[in-house]
Amino acid sequence: MLTVATGNKAVAAAVKAAKPAVVAAYPITPQTEVVEQIAEYVTSGEMDARYIPVESEHSAMTACIGASITGVRSFTATSSHGLLYMHEMLHWAAGARLPIVMANINRSLGPGWNVWAEHTDAFSQRDTGWLQFFVGDVQEAYDTTLMAFRIAENNNILLPVMVNLDGFLLSHIMQSLETVEPGDYIPPLHLPHRIDPENPAGYGVLTGPTDHFRFRWEMERAMRNAPAVIRDAEEEFFRQFGRRYGPTEEYRCEDAEVVVVALGTLGKEAEVAVDILRDAGIKAGSMRIRWFRPFPDLDIGDRDLVVLDRGYSFGFGGVLSSEIRSKYPGASIYSVVAGLGGQEVTYDDIAGFVRDRRMGEEFWFGVDA
Amino acid sequence: MAEIPEDEYLLKCTTACAGCSSALALRYVLKAAGPDTVLVVPACCTSILQGIYPNTAFAVPVYNIAFAAAAACASGMSEAFASAGKKTKVIVYAGDGGTVDIGIQALSGALERGTDFLYICYDNEAYGNTGMQRSGSTPIGARTTTTPGGKTDAKKDIDRIVAAHNIPYQATASAAHPKDLFEKVRTALATPGPSFIHLLTPCPPGWRIPSDMSVTVGKMAVKTGIWVLWERKYGELTINGASRAVMKKRLPLKEYLSLQGRFKGITEKQVNELEQQVEKNLARLAKEEAGEC
Repeated sequence: MLTVATGNKAVAAAVKAAKPAVVAAYPITPQTEVVEQIAEYVTSGEMDARYIPVESEHSAMTACIGASITGVRSFTATSSHGLLYMHEMLHWAAGARLPIVMANINRSLGPGWNVWAEHTDAFSQRDTGWLQFFVGDVQEAYDTTLMAFRIAENNNILLPVMVNLDGFLLSHIMQSLETVEPGDYIPPLHLPHRIDPENPAGYGVLTGPTDHFRFRWEMERAMRNAPAVIRDAEEEFFRQFGRRYGPTEEYRCEDAEVVVVALGTLGKEAEVAVDILRDAGIKAGSMRIRWFRPFPDLDIGDRDLVVLDRGYSFGFGGVLSSEIRSKYPGASIYSVVAGLGGQEVTYDDIAGFVRDRRMGEEFWFGVDA
Repeated sequence: MAEIPEDEYLLKCTTACAGCSSALALRYVLKAAGPDTVLVVPACCTSILQGIYPNTAFAVPVYNIAFAAAAACASGMSEAFASAGKKTKVIVYAGDGGTVDIGIQALSGALERGTDFLYICYDNEAYGNTGMQRSGSTPIGARTTTTPGGKTDAKKDIDRIVAAHNIPYQATASAAHPKDLFEKVRTALATPGPSFIHLLTPCPPGWRIPSDMSVTVGKMAVKTGIWVLWERKYGELTINGASRAVMKKRLPLKEYLSLQGRFKGITEKQVNELEQQVEKNLARLAKEEAGEC
């Protein structure tokens, strides 16, 4: 059905279609609309789910863990400080191999209070064992949330999945949205290690180094299985619903000499910048990275990369540019730190970064000259 | 009174300390609950007495969860079982640190939301599995590894905090009074919505008592009135069992304190303070039972 929705409402609509048994959530700006809409669906009977209005994000993730281990589908959504408050339980959810799906509306962290887009919240959870996607528009937020359930619940994965949307820039903008009836696209959940009183087991008991080490390796093995499972989910999504996704979204990259690399809405903005640059005779392209964990293989060749970072590792560098440099040590990178705390970054600004690029250097937009 | 089943759900070969009264009590809790039960355990002594992976000393599923998280985990489980049409009982078995301190927010939330579960706080009055550091539940005058000179603050009154949530069933119990405990667990599980049982569990290494004294010390806690057995069903309080006689005549607190090495060095002033707290608590409970407050 063709409709119009905000990013937040698109996520809620996808969750409704995925039919989780339990949603536990705590409101935080700019995620509130997701949980308000789900509460509305549950109250009106449009969704047959238990909505647990927990008293904190720590409890939101924990309640999802408690629900998920019984073998039912669960979902939560959060943002910023809420995500950080969950941090302990994010490790727990992944370590317990629970296919929980969460939408995270990317927002900066205090102090001072700032509710606008930044990726530091998600980057801070990089090593928790969650799969992470970053989406660029309303339709993609919907589609990726649906795919997230199928991916997480695949028995070769059984890891939780986080879908990241830029706060306000995507969570609160209206775009057209084509909803689907997922049918068997998301098969019933069969959690092999679900709690069964007829077959009692100890979950998370004291574990020695040998077994602990093996469990952590199995998490990484699942992560290594993930690219094939995600590709399959994307391929099947295309087959059933006609929209194609991949690890990256490339725009005019074929003959590009310089490529703008970014996550989320900055990556969409970069496409406009590319058109401007092409009109001026500059062979530019853009590459929006959709999978952050597992981090995908990138076709970077020997092109100049202008990497836009909405998050920074203090004392080291822009997070996305560091990831790329770490994976491709020979890459030629101009690292641009831009958009922190919702700083406005226009396509003209991005075109400017490309024109004025100084390869191998780092540039703090709005601070550096 | 219901017959206590012979079925065992807490098996032999736990890694509990000798004389651990919390393990003793848990055996009766599980007998009362039966096999269609999930035990949720945050970080506490019970997380380390289950055995080492891949072994477990329990014949019911045990879900271990992070320290602050037990009641929230039970919330998710309880709702999930209900949504699947299952009647599986969800019981949290948490220590005093995981209840009155780090877990109090999740507990309060789960109680307020009317979660259908039983939360048992077994109270050994300190952080036991990390080596007896003070908790909010440590009584005044008790020496712990972080109050080597004796605790100067009073024990937090978790029962009154829980009572403020107006839950359908709330009780105290003692590891030294297993039949009373058994009955209370049965009542709690038969009552829809949240139930809370506060269970005193003397701890030989922590309380510095011989390992064969945990039951004796537990009984003395009741006889001196520092621990009162009661239950509150839908707001109606009843003082139970051995505590009924104590309401009329109790032993001096010193008979309880002098059995335990942790109170060695307690000052007269602190003993008097404790006596006053006991009197005040007994008076408050008597008044409530009589319907005067």
